[in-house]
Amino acid sequence: MPRWGMVIDLDKCFACQSCTAACRMENNTPVAGKQQANMGRAILWNEVLPFSEGDYPNVVETMIPRPCMHCDDPACVKVCPVQATYRNEEGTVLIDYERCIGCRFCTVACPFQARYFNWFTPEWPEALRAHLNPDREVAPRPKGVVEKCTFCVQRLRKAREAAQAEGRTFAATDYVPACVETCTGHARYFGDLDDPRSLVSQLAASPRAFRLQEEMGTKPKVYYLKEG
Amino acid sequence: MNPIPGRESNLERTVLNPLRRTSMQFYFILAGLGLVFAFGVAALINQWWLGLGVTGLSRPVYWGIYLTNFVFFIGISHAGTLISAILRVTQAEWRRPITRIAEAITFFALILGLLQIWIDMGRPERILFPFLYGRFQSPFLWDFTCVGVYLMSSMLYLYLPMIPDLARMRDRMTDAPRWRRWLYSAMSLGWHGSSEQHRRLEVGIGIMAIVIIPVAVSVHTVVSWIFGMTMQPMWHSTILGPYFVVGAIFSGIAMLFVFMTLLRRAWHFEKWIAEKQYDYLGILLLVMSAFWGYFTLAEFLTTGYATLTNERAVLQAKLAGEYAPAFWVMLAGNLIVPSAILIRRKGRTPTGTFIASLSVLVGMWVERFLIVAPSLTRPSLGFMPAVYAPSLTEAAITAGSLALFALLFLLFFKVFPAMSVWEVEEGETIEAVRRKARELAQAAD
Repeated sequence: MPRWGMVIDLDKCFACQSCTAACRMENNTPVAGKQQANMGRAILWNEVLPFSEGDYPNVVETMIPRPCMHCDDPACVKVCPVQATYRNEEGTVLIDYERCIGCRFCTVACPFQARYFNWFTPEWPEALRAHLNPDREVAPRPKGVVEKCTFCVQRLRKAREAAQAEGRTFAATDYVPACVETCTGHARYFGDLDDPRSLVSQLAASPRAFRLQEEMGTKPKVYYLKEG
Repeated sequence: MNPIPGRESNLERTVLNPLRRTSMQFYFILAGLGLVFAFGVAALINQWWLGLGVTGLSRPVYWGIYLTNFVFFIGISHAGTLISAILRVTQAEWRRPITRIAEAITFFALILGLLQIWIDMGRPERILFPFLYGRFQSPFLWDFTCVGVYLMSSMLYLYLPMIPDLARMRDRMTDAPRWRRWLYSAMSLGWHGSSEQHRRLEVGIGIMAIVIIPVAVSVHTVVSWIFGMTMQPMWHSTILGPYFVVGAIFSGIAMLFVFMTLLRRAWHFEKWIAEKQYDYLGILLLVMSAFWGYFTLAEFLTTGYATLTNERAVLQAKLAGEYAPAFWVMLAGNLIVPSAILIRRKGRTPTGTFIASLSVLVGMWVERFLIVAPSLTRPSLGFMPAVYAPSLTEAAITAGSLALFALLFLLFFKVFPAMSVWEVEEGETIEAVRRKARELAQAAD
């Protein structure tokens, strides 16, 4: 079984946020509108976040794209009262929208702020409504449930189906999430962390590699390569 | 104690009066509370229709007023356990006139507490899911279990000691409407005051009193673990369990003071809910204030002394940031005002304790709010400044919940007696016997 992980090279990322936009188009996350976004309610499964260190004038600002970490010991899965969120055999943390009761315990438990809540019924402006991804797995969620990055699990399903239809074995390199495919700077890598020959497992072992908030002990599977 | 047929004692007459007659004043109060409750219901329906977006919640402040209310109400529910159970087990005679009020507070506070969770859910129609698909790995399940057990136990614990009084109602209130006579008859389970029935009742009550104490302690401990088991700064604290239990008993006593003083005044219970109750319970409230202060100091000092950045940020928010005014209201309400009033015997009067208790209730609500919101505004990931501005919906639903609590309580005591008649009579008998024994002992010297 592959154990899906991601590596993001911060030397190559220049924070263009194409990944954020691609994620929205692929996964049908709603548009919150200006007022709601100012309140902090925008649903962005992948976000590019500014991290500042130091005091003016010696400030270092790092822009870090943050999808869900798909932790191997997820704090969110632990606290869900109804098993609406779960970690599948391939290490991907998913949500069953039909089961979620909207208690938001998982959103509060996640140390990476990677989970989002549908405060209202999702809406899109006219122009975007015609471009919703028709895949049923990313059908718009109802109000009152939690959602988050799934490593584009619908793309995995499609890649497996395509391999089967074409009569070949599915290879881990056949599937990438939308953010990885779109990244302008080719900064994002994706693959099987358990395969010693894969690019991600080699990069994850690089001396430049680090993970956010490792001390939380949740074993996140998104690695970053330090700048400089 | 078998009543003397045909002649009502002063106690019986006083306790039965509110069950027989309802004043204009009571109807006004009902109407007022009903209006506030209706306002809350309207806000809730609006929230169901549009979604939780009508609140002031957002990322990262996913929990706010509703969770505060939940912890507050569950905390209040410790009134009954303390007074009714602990004081019964320790055979403190002065508890007798106030056990019924305390037990009723517990029962209705638990119901209101559970309601708050339902109000907070994004998909309220899926309320049964924790029962159908519950996972014990989640602190919410520990919560549902413990609160559920506590709800059942407190219902039993309210009912059992009421049986002799229900029989009294059955025998005395022969002019009451038919449904009430039927109710008292059915609920008194054929009680006729024989010594065998008394023995069985005492055993039942005794077991419940002992069992309900660890249940109550477990309830507020697991409520605290909803916060304590996460890794959020100033939530992940080992002291949270005991801190919440102490706070619960503290706010429970305060609520008891408020209700017992109001009922005492309205229904003329002055002869029985008297000096001793106010003096001793006042001392207990003072002691709990000190306990609460000690735990708060332990929590804040430990957090503030070390330099853990993410915890320090939350502490800063409470001491010097946007939550500082609330922090001072909390200290004044929980420590300064109650100590000033209750430390002198002359302060432990109905008026004095009423003011001190209102102050504690405000202080404790603010304390719960200060536990829930500030930690969420300073997530350990660090990058986002967040503001939580509660909305009118949350205010309306909070007011409506408090109104419902008062409504249920008052309506309950329009059907059932607010003082435990047989226990007060039993206490008077014991007191008379002791006095006689003392006289005889002195005469013999």
